[in-house]
Amino acid sequence: MDKKILLKVRNLTRVFGSKKKRVVAVKNVSFDIYENEIISIVGESGSGKTTTARMMLNLLKPTEGTIEIEGEDISNFRGKKKREYWRKVQGIFQDPFASFNQFFTVRKVLDDSFKLFDVQPSKEEKDKRIRKVLEYVNMRYEEVAEKYPFELSGGQRQRIMIARIFLIEPKLLIADEPTSMIDAVLRSSILELLLSLREREKSSIVFITHDLGLAYYVSDRILIMHNGELVEQGSADDIITNPQHPYTKKLIQDVPTLHQEWAL
Amino acid sequence: MKTLKLLFTSKKFVFGLCLFLTLLFLGLLFPVFNHKDPLDLAGFMYQPPSKEFWLGTDNFGRDVLVELIHGLKTSMFIGLLAGTVATLIGVGIGLTAGYIGGWVDNLLNTITNIFLVVPPFVILILISVSLQNRSLGIMGLIIGITSWPWTARAVRAQATSLRVREHIDLAKISGMGTFEIMLREVLPYIMSYIFMAFVLQVASGILNEAGISMLGLGPSNIVSLGTMLSWALLFEAVRTGAWWAFIPPALTIAFITFSLLFMSTGMDEIFNPRLRS
Ligand SMILES: Nc1ncnc2c1ncn2[C@@H]1O[C@H](COP(=O)(O)OP(=O)(O)OP(=O)(O)O)[C@@H](O)[C@H]1O
Ligand SMILES: [Mg+2]
Repeated sequence: MDKKILLKVRNLTRVFGSKKKRVVAVKNVSFDIYENEIISIVGESGSGKTTTARMMLNLLKPTEGTIEIEGEDISNFRGKKKREYWRKVQGIFQDPFASFNQFFTVRKVLDDSFKLFDVQPSKEEKDKRIRKVLEYVNMRYEEVAEKYPFELSGGQRQRIMIARIFLIEPKLLIADEPTSMIDAVLRSSILELLLSLREREKSSIVFITHDLGLAYYVSDRILIMHNGELVEQGSADDIITNPQHPYTKKLIQDVPTLHQEWAL
Repeated sequence: MKTLKLLFTSKKFVFGLCLFLTLLFLGLLFPVFNHKDPLDLAGFMYQPPSKEFWLGTDNFGRDVLVELIHGLKTSMFIGLLAGTVATLIGVGIGLTAGYIGGWVDNLLNTITNIFLVVPPFVILILISVSLQNRSLGIMGLIIGITSWPWTARAVRAQATSLRVREHIDLAKISGMGTFEIMLREVLPYIMSYIFMAFVLQVASGILNEAGISMLGLGPSNIVSLGTMLSWALLFEAVRTGAWWAFIPPALTIAFITFSLLFMSTGMDEIFNPRLRS
């Protein structure tokens, strides 16, 4: 691969609590994320996926290890540097209900993401862009802009979150189980929107899921996490056809539909 | 806005609010139409209620009705000021401690606990004694400064549980600063609690003022409901049977407190099931 490395994760460890309550949520994890690729982090509940994601988003300090973007350690970022980082690396969370401040309208949520920009676009420009990104996610500005989160369905909210990402145009999107709390029928459309980010913005995506089948379907590479450790990583095909770790083998056995055509 | 509308569906809240506003306007408007000085020695000592003095006279021969209304105004002012001060300090400290956490939380918690352990009344008395001239503003400030801890406690608990919510993470990766997040992402969620705490702080402020004033440490040269009670006690209104000198101020204090407690209970009924869900 001659692609450039976007994010370099080295020996990442995170410990919560101390003494008896001590939990090692993430243990010595290392991997790279290249430009314009989709990787999936797969693991069961409690395997440390969200903790890894929050560290990558600079929302949580690692106990040990480093995360570098274009050669710079993100743990030293303050103020403007931090904002610059979030221009490049963004997130979508699992719970579309909890992700919204219930007191603000959709319009305000989208307006807020302009805070990350060094140069503020004019009001008309902001308006134009917001309309455009809402169109990308198949929503009409007039219908949703003035709505409050409780007036929207889970799927609609997640689409607003995706519209927000299109507005920011990050180089890397970390999506933590973005479809797990959405009706099954809506999942594929949300997924397609997410994946279109790579085509439209040439972004990379880290897709976090406990569904290996889904991971295989969407990603170039797959990382398998188990009890906080990264037990295996490789191209999606390699992981599925030639798994090395016993845990990966077990996961594959648990996915009966994997060898069938993945129906969207 | 929605919550406000919802509040007015509570009979208790509306009743409390109406009673409170009536008392407040009485205190504010009466002195505009009636220019009698409450400290004026209009009659003789302890004259019973009559056509001239509707509520009789006190030990100095002053018109109890005029005193009562001015006292009402004073008490309301001190209560509202104390409530505002206590709420501002309590929210500031509680929000900071709860949201920022870590050593900041530990430090602020220690300070709060010290204030909680020492009874506010003791601090209040000590400060009041040491002050030569106790103006209304000073009294309100002192009461507010000594009664914020439990507001801080309640707000801190709320903020602690809110800070791990996902919308806070979203605000952070949208580049919002700490202060902005506290104001926009945390505060609105606990506004109803704060409002409730404020109402209770006003009530306790009025009671505290009455308490210190009864000990003779009230505001200087100003009539308050508490100083009226203090004079009545001092000049043996109870033993001489001059009920008009102490029943009216005592009842007025009771009415204000009740109106505020009614508001608080009404708010509790409206907010709590919603907050729980
Ligand atoms: N803030 C925290 N304080 C203490 N322990 C935590 C905290 N966050 C996570 N943990 C613990 O770390 C471990 C990994 O949690 P994490 O949320 O990263 O798992 P996950 O892979 O995202 O699981 P899920 O699929 O359920 O979302 C769990 O044992 C969890 O209890
Ligand atoms: Mg998770």
